[in-house]
Amino acid sequence: MKGLTRLLVISTALALLSTGVSLAADSMLQVKGSDTLINMVQKLAEEYMAKKPGASIAVTGGGSGTGIAGLVNKKCDIANASRGIKSSEVDDANKKGVDPKRVVVAIDALSIVVNTRNPLSQLTVEQIGKIYRGEVKNWNEIGGSDMAVSLYGRQSNSGTYDFMKENVMFGEYSPNLKSMNGNAQIIEAIKQDISGIGYVGVGYAKESAGIKVLEVAVKPGSKYYSPFNSIDVKSGRYPITRPLNQYLNGTPKGLARDFILFELSPTGQAIVEKEGFFAIPDEYQNYNNETLGRSGQIGESPMRPEDLLTNPGAG
Amino acid sequence: MKRRDVNGIIGFWILRLCVAMVFTVLIIILYDITSKGIGKISWQFFAAMPRNGMTEGGILPAIVGTILVTFITAVLAIPLGMGCAIYLNEYAGDTLITRIIRISIRNLSGVPSIVYGLFGVILFVQLMNLGTCILSAGLTLGLMTLPWTITASEEALKNVPNSYREGAMALGATKWQSIRTNVLPYAIPGMLTGTILGLSRAAGETAPILFTGAAFFLPHLPKSLFSQFMALPYHLYIMSTQHHAISKVRPIAYGTALVLIVLVFAMNLLAVIVRYRLRRIKME
Amino acid sequence: MTNRTKIKDAVIKNIFLLNGVLVVAVLIGIFVLLVMTSIPAFREIKLSQFLFSASWNPTANFVVPSYGILSMIVSTFMVSVGALIIAIPLGIGTAAYLSDVASQRVREIAKPIIEILAGIPSVVIGFLGIVLVGPFIARVFHLPNGLNALNGSILLAVMALPTIISLSEDALKSVPKSYQEASLALGATHWQTIMKVKLPAAISGIIAATMLGMGRAVGETMTVLMATGCSIAMPSSFLNSVQTMTATIAIELGEVPYNTTHYYALFGIGLVLFIITFIINMTADIVLRKYQRVLK
Repeated sequence: MKGLTRLLVISTALALLSTGVSLAADSMLQVKGSDTLINMVQKLAEEYMAKKPGASIAVTGGGSGTGIAGLVNKKCDIANASRGIKSSEVDDANKKGVDPKRVVVAIDALSIVVNTRNPLSQLTVEQIGKIYRGEVKNWNEIGGSDMAVSLYGRQSNSGTYDFMKENVMFGEYSPNLKSMNGNAQIIEAIKQDISGIGYVGVGYAKESAGIKVLEVAVKPGSKYYSPFNSIDVKSGRYPITRPLNQYLNGTPKGLARDFILFELSPTGQAIVEKEGFFAIPDEYQNYNNETLGRSGQIGESPMRPEDLLTNPGAG
Repeated sequence: MKRRDVNGIIGFWILRLCVAMVFTVLIIILYDITSKGIGKISWQFFAAMPRNGMTEGGILPAIVGTILVTFITAVLAIPLGMGCAIYLNEYAGDTLITRIIRISIRNLSGVPSIVYGLFGVILFVQLMNLGTCILSAGLTLGLMTLPWTITASEEALKNVPNSYREGAMALGATKWQSIRTNVLPYAIPGMLTGTILGLSRAAGETAPILFTGAAFFLPHLPKSLFSQFMALPYHLYIMSTQHHAISKVRPIAYGTALVLIVLVFAMNLLAVIVRYRLRRIKME
Repeated sequence: MTNRTKIKDAVIKNIFLLNGVLVVAVLIGIFVLLVMTSIPAFREIKLSQFLFSASWNPTANFVVPSYGILSMIVSTFMVSVGALIIAIPLGIGTAAYLSDVASQRVREIAKPIIEILAGIPSVVIGFLGIVLVGPFIARVFHLPNGLNALNGSILLAVMALPTIISLSEDALKSVPKSYQEASLALGATHWQTIMKVKLPAAISGIIAATMLGMGRAVGETMTVLMATGCSIAMPSSFLNSVQTMTATIAIELGEVPYNTTHYYALFGIGLVLFIITFIINMTADIVLRKYQRVLK
C-alpha cells in the first residue's frame, strides 16, 4: 500500500511539473469548424508546416456552427465557415469581447448529387427547395421515376445546412431529412440509394464515382449550369455559389496572419483548386486586403462578398 | 421406465441455441475486426503520425492521447474511489444516510456517459476554466469511473471477515492500524480488479471526451495536460463518420478498432490476473 | 496506545471522512449542476411543449424555434425496447443454460467470454453497426442503407446481453437448492423444474437484470449515434431512421454557443436522461436487494 501511494504521488507530481513547464510553450494555431473546408484547410496547413518547421496548426471539424461558437467562446483562433456569420452570432461575440473579422479563402459551388441510376440530370433552384422542404415527396412529381424521395443533408451545426436553408430553400427542412455527419457520409449514402438526393461541396463531388452531379438553373426556362465549370461558377452563373470563409477575432496577427497570407498566395490557391474548389477572384482579394489591413488593390474598390455573387433572382 | 421428456429435449436444445447465438455474436465481432484490422497493424501504425489528411500514416497521437487521459482518470479515481469506499465501509455507521449514499453511488454508475460529458463541460471546461484539454477529459472520465470504483472497492472490503478487524483491535491496534494491516492487504486485489475494469471502460469511452478535449487532428503529440489530444475511440468515430474520404480510410478505422479492443482486453486481462492473485493470497 | 498514535488515527479518520464527503458532494453536484443549467431553458420554453411536442428545430430562422423532444423520447424507447425484445429471451436462455445445464468447464469458459463481450467499447459496436449490420439489414429488407432503429436495437441488444446474462445467472443460482430438490423428488423432470420452479422463484432478480439492461440501452450514445441514421421525424417503423436523446446531445452540444436557449435545452435533455436512468436503476436495485433478502 505504501509503495502504491508513493508511486501515485511521484507520478502526479511529474505530471503537474510537465504541465507547468510547458504551459508557456503551447502556441498552436487552432483552426476549427466547417466540414466543407476541413480537407482543404488541412492540406494547406500541412503544406505550410512543411515550409515553416516549428509552426504548429491544428485543424478540427464540427461544422461551421461549431467553429463560430468556438471563436465566440475564445476556444479557437480561426473559424472555418461555409456560410456567413449570423447577426445573432455577431451580437453574442461582441458581448463576449470578440470582434469577428472575415477572410474569404475559396469559392465553392454547392453541388446537388443523386445516384447515377436516377434518370434526372437537371433541376431548378425552386425544385430543389421544394424537395428539401418536403413539398415534393416523389420523384415523378418533377419528371423523374416513380420512387419516394430520400433526403440526405447535414446536421444543424453545418454551414452548408444553413446555406441551403437561406439561399435555396427559403424555409425549414422536412423532418424526414436524414442528417449525415459530413460531406463524405452523404456521398456514401447516395452511392447506395437510387432514390437519394444530397448536397456537398464541389470538392467532394469531383472525384466520386457512383454519383451524378446535377446541373442547376436559377429558374425554369433559364440555362442549366454545372458546378464543375470554373467560368460559370466564378461569374456567378451557377446559382448556388458561395464564398468559403475564415473568421478571426480582430485583425489577423502573427502565425494566423502568416498562414492566411499563405492560403491566399498563388501556391495556396493552387492547393485550393487541386482540392476541387475554386480560387478567389480579384474582387475577393481586395476584400481580404481590407481585412488584413494591406494596401494595394486590384481593379475597382472593394465590394462586400455578398454583392459579388450574382443575385440568384436576376439570372 | 423413464419416459422420454420431449419437452425437456426441445427445451434444452433451445437453451443451447441461445448460448450458441451469444457466442457466435462475439466470434463474429472479433473475427470481423481482427481480420480486417490486422492488415494495418505494423510498427509504423503504432509509431507514426497520421499523414496526408489522415489517409496514410499511423495513429500514434491517438494511442498517446488515450494513455494520457486514462492516466489522469486513474489519478482521480483510484485514491478518491478507494478512500471513499474505505470511509463508507470502515468508518461510517450503518445509518439511513450512509445507506442512501450507497444506493445513490451504485445508481450513479448507470447514468449515461454523455451526461457525465455535459457535467464535464460545465464544471471543468467552463467553471474551472481548464478549457478543452487532457485534464478536463481525464477528470470527467474520472468522475464517471468513481461510482464503479467505489462499488467494487466496497464489495472487496465487505468480503473481508469482521473477525480480522476485531482480532487486530483486540490486540490493541487503532482503527487505522487494523485496517492497514488486517483489512487492506486482503481487499486491495479486489479493489484493484474493480478499478482496472473501470479504467478499461473509461479508456474506451467516447461521449465524455467529445466536448472536453478530443480533437479531430493535431499535428503533433500533446505538449502538456492543458493541450487538446487525439484518442483511440474518438479516432474510430471520426474515421468512420466524419472523415472526408470514408471508404479510403476504412482500413485505418478497422486498425484503430483492433488496437482499441486489444488495449481494453489487455486491461481486462490484468484485472483477471489480479483477481487470481487474490485467490492465492486468501488460500495462504 | 500513545497520544501520538491516537492523534494520527484521528487525522487519518478525518482524511477518509473528507474523502467520502468530497466524493458524495461531487456526485450530488452532478445532479445539481444539471438542474441549474437546465432551468434557464424553461424560462423560454414551456415544459409541456418540451416534453410533448415532436418538433425539435432550435436553429429555425423561417419559423419560431421549437424545442420539443417527444420524437427523441419515442426513438430512445423504441430502440431500447427493441433491444430488450432480442436480449431478454437470449439472455435468460443463456443464463438458464449456464446455471442449470452447463458443466463446470463450460461455465468457466463462458464467464470470460461474457466479460469480453461486456468490455467491447460502444464506439466499436457502433462501427460494426455501420460496416456489418447496416449492409446486412439493407440487403434483407431491400433498403438503401441499414441505418435505422432496427440496427440500433440489434447493437443495443448485444450491449445489454452481458448484464442480463450475468445477473439472471446470479438470480437463478441464488434459488435455494431445496426448491430444486423438492421439485425433482415430486417427480418433475429437470426441464419442468427449471421452467416451473426455478425461473418463477428467480423472477424478481431476472426483472432487475432486465431493467439494468434497459438502463444501459437508454443511456447509450455512440452506438445509436453511428447506427440509427439521425432523422428527427417521429418514427413510424423500426426501419425508419431515428435520433435518440443521447445522439441529439452528442450532435448539437459542440455547435451551440455557451449560455443560449439551445444550450440550456440540451442540458434539459441531459437532465431528462439522468432522471430516467436513475429511476430505472434505482428500481432495479431495490427489486434486486429485496429479492436477495427474501431468499435469505
